[in-house]
Amino acid sequence: MQESAVLEMRGICKYFPGVRALQNVDFTLREGEIHALMGENGAGKSTLIKVLTGVYPRDGGEVYIKGVEGAAVIRSPQDAQNAGISTVYQEITLCPNLSVAENIFIGRTKGNLTNWRAMNKRTGEILGSLGIPAAPQQQLGTCSIAVQQMVAIARAVDMECKVLILDEPTSSLDDQEVQKLFGLMRDLRSKGVGIIFVTHFLEQVYEVCDRITVLRDGQLVGEYVIEDLPRVQLVSKMLGKELDDMADIKGESGGVAISQEGAPVLEAEGLCSNAGIKPFDFSIRKGEVNGFTGLLGSGRSECVRAIFGADHVTGGAVKMDGKEVRIKKPLDAMKQGIGYLPEDRKGDGIVGDLSVRENIILAYQVMKGFFRPISRAQAEAFADDYIKLLEIKTASADTPIKSLSGGNQQKCILARWLLTEPKYLILDEPTRGIDIGTKIEIQKLVLRLAEKGTSVTFISSEIDEMLRTCSRLLVMRDRKLVGELTGEDLTQTKIMATIAGGDEE
Amino acid sequence: MTTPVKDPETQLKRPDEPLLKRLTRQQLFIPIAALILLVLFNLIADPTFFAISIKENSLGNPVLSGNIISVLDNASELVMLAIGMTLVTASSGGQDISVGATMAIAGSVILRMVCGGQITADTMQMPLILAVLIGIVVSIIFGAFNGVLVAYFKIQPMVATLIMFTAGRSIAAWINNNQLPIINDIAFKYAGTFLPGIPVPTPIFITVFVILAFWLVLKFTTLGLYTQSVGINAGSSRLNGLDPKLIKLLTYVILGVCVAIAGFVRVSRSGSINYSRIAENIEMDAILAVALGGNALGGGKFNIYGSILGAYVIQFLTTTLYKYDVPSTALPAYKAVVVILLVVLSAPVVREKLANMKKAPAKSAKEVS
Repeated sequence: MQESAVLEMRGICKYFPGVRALQNVDFTLREGEIHALMGENGAGKSTLIKVLTGVYPRDGGEVYIKGVEGAAVIRSPQDAQNAGISTVYQEITLCPNLSVAENIFIGRTKGNLTNWRAMNKRTGEILGSLGIPAAPQQQLGTCSIAVQQMVAIARAVDMECKVLILDEPTSSLDDQEVQKLFGLMRDLRSKGVGIIFVTHFLEQVYEVCDRITVLRDGQLVGEYVIEDLPRVQLVSKMLGKELDDMADIKGESGGVAISQEGAPVLEAEGLCSNAGIKPFDFSIRKGEVNGFTGLLGSGRSECVRAIFGADHVTGGAVKMDGKEVRIKKPLDAMKQGIGYLPEDRKGDGIVGDLSVRENIILAYQVMKGFFRPISRAQAEAFADDYIKLLEIKTASADTPIKSLSGGNQQKCILARWLLTEPKYLILDEPTRGIDIGTKIEIQKLVLRLAEKGTSVTFISSEIDEMLRTCSRLLVMRDRKLVGELTGEDLTQTKIMATIAGGDEE
Repeated sequence: MTTPVKDPETQLKRPDEPLLKRLTRQQLFIPIAALILLVLFNLIADPTFFAISIKENSLGNPVLSGNIISVLDNASELVMLAIGMTLVTASSGGQDISVGATMAIAGSVILRMVCGGQITADTMQMPLILAVLIGIVVSIIFGAFNGVLVAYFKIQPMVATLIMFTAGRSIAAWINNNQLPIINDIAFKYAGTFLPGIPVPTPIFITVFVILAFWLVLKFTTLGLYTQSVGINAGSSRLNGLDPKLIKLLTYVILGVCVAIAGFVRVSRSGSINYSRIAENIEMDAILAVALGGNALGGGKFNIYGSILGAYVIQFLTTTLYKYDVPSTALPAYKAVVVILLVVLSAPVVREKLANMKKAPAKSAKEVS
């Protein structure tokens, strides 16, 4: 074990049925460094973390931790915690029905009695020192997702860990909150904590990290000091090929301008739903790609949910191809040729225990109807086609979708809607929590669909992604549609200004 | 509906997997293993258990008789209930504990119809088919009542059906003004005993018919996919155009049909009814059959054939215990022991352990080579 290392993993192997998730992976974390763990979906980042924290038993290799003689025995998350390894997962794993203080102290109180006053006081101090806007006695579920995420970090920090693992902590935070989190991370680094930072945001990696370890297809590509690895190289290492895909997409997006003509596919007037958005007007032309943008909670998802009938529509008129239609529930929208990929992949997208095949045919089957089941052979053909077309990485079409990586799950949901051959496809955050390769594939796919005449509404938290794909952006602020940007106005600064507002009023 | 993996490619991808592990992975492993064990036990203890003879029944007709026939015959009601219970479990992630009580209601209605409101009747006062249909309709209404509570009022299935569990037998008695009607028409008992000239008990035919009907329904509709989808993730099912509430309700209605047919078979065995004793505790056996069939009681994926097998295993066990003169009062205790064993063995945790136990030696052998 190296002198300065707090954690060393040697030759880690992990197998799942049909998949070699990790093969002989080494990983070293030094004292007081922020170490990015990068890789595409399915590269093995999450698996490595789960092996380290004892969620999965490992099939080979050893883990050494500073201060522990010999190879460390980590068989459960509890063991990992005792060894000084704390983890904050992408999905919040706290108890929403307990108070903030209870969440921070759960499982760590000594004896049977709890000194509530001391606990709340201590929590207040922690929250204060980290600048987290929450009260100790507030129920966690009533806090925003971002605050919940920060409470999870506060909990990990307070356990005086040597190793802090942050698994996609920033995917639900806005820029300000991200900065706050980075401040906190730098602070911890100066105290000698080793931080493993898993993220898909390249900018963030270059902003805070000292070192990068890249994984690909369950194997170690290499460990690099950040200054020695320019972005382009990092991307090519992650993808395993030398290319500049970003430039490619920009080149292609020249074709978007054509779609400014053409008849409107869907027009909505004064649409509103019970999700609390102000009535808004919306239209999209054949072959157009537009998008909703705005801060978290600005109502962009609620708008598309209203269009699809996912929330209870309380007013407004919708026209499809010039004819008035009533969309009361998702099935109505589907019959009009609308598809909707929801924001919350796990909760609203996948049907976890069903196979990849069943997940792909689901929407099409529902549209065909109860008495016209798709035959097994036909379903297999559909699934195989789309697995090939979208390059979905799965052991077989019979594999339960929940055992796929996030990006591949998302591709299955995309396949599900492509199979229905929609006239109008709504994609709400299709690229969230997905590796860069898949992101680019999805963006390209959107443009290809548009070329074939499908209209697409694309929502993403990453403005460059929207700029690359959309020819028109609708800007939301405080649950209200506040602007529409096209053509030359489509620049980062102009969008930011519209989102922030204030100037023109 | 789950079908075993046929794809040769997936088989190829796990070439080094021992046969036993592949077997234990199968959902039907536990019920089949239990059945084999019971058969072996009986073969060793007393091979005459399996003897089938021809005897004369009370009407002087030659009929088949033997333990196996009795298992197949007596399991009939349980099999039907297990089928409906599987669907309800899959869609709503809970169980209907009122099936026994609702069987009493359906039986009571059918008896009242054929007796024409009298206490005893020598001939049927109404065409049997009509009486059964009315019984089915009434049972569907009670099924729908449970379904609405579960699907639209989002009440825990066990709590929602507790209402009918408690009230059902009183309702059954009330339907016949608390009288115990008796029908002496032999034609009424055909369904519960034997058809003239046919030596095999009629309930076996009815069960086969019900199983066939469900096989067709699952083949020619999307009930299987929808039920599982709703049971696994109601939210995303809704966004795929399904109406999760309606589908949950539908499964309770289907269970209602199963209950009515089971109730009919049960009353036509004797031509009479005992409100408090008819189909007593059968709901527990039905739930057990579902669990034994390897279905998760929390809902989601299901295998209806597993439940059917499970039902036969339970009846096989009951008959075996009776054969060895276990007093009927002690029966539940014996059954419990077997049940604990089966349920523990079929728990995913244990199955994984078992599978890993077999894996370890295989792996070390590989390292040597």
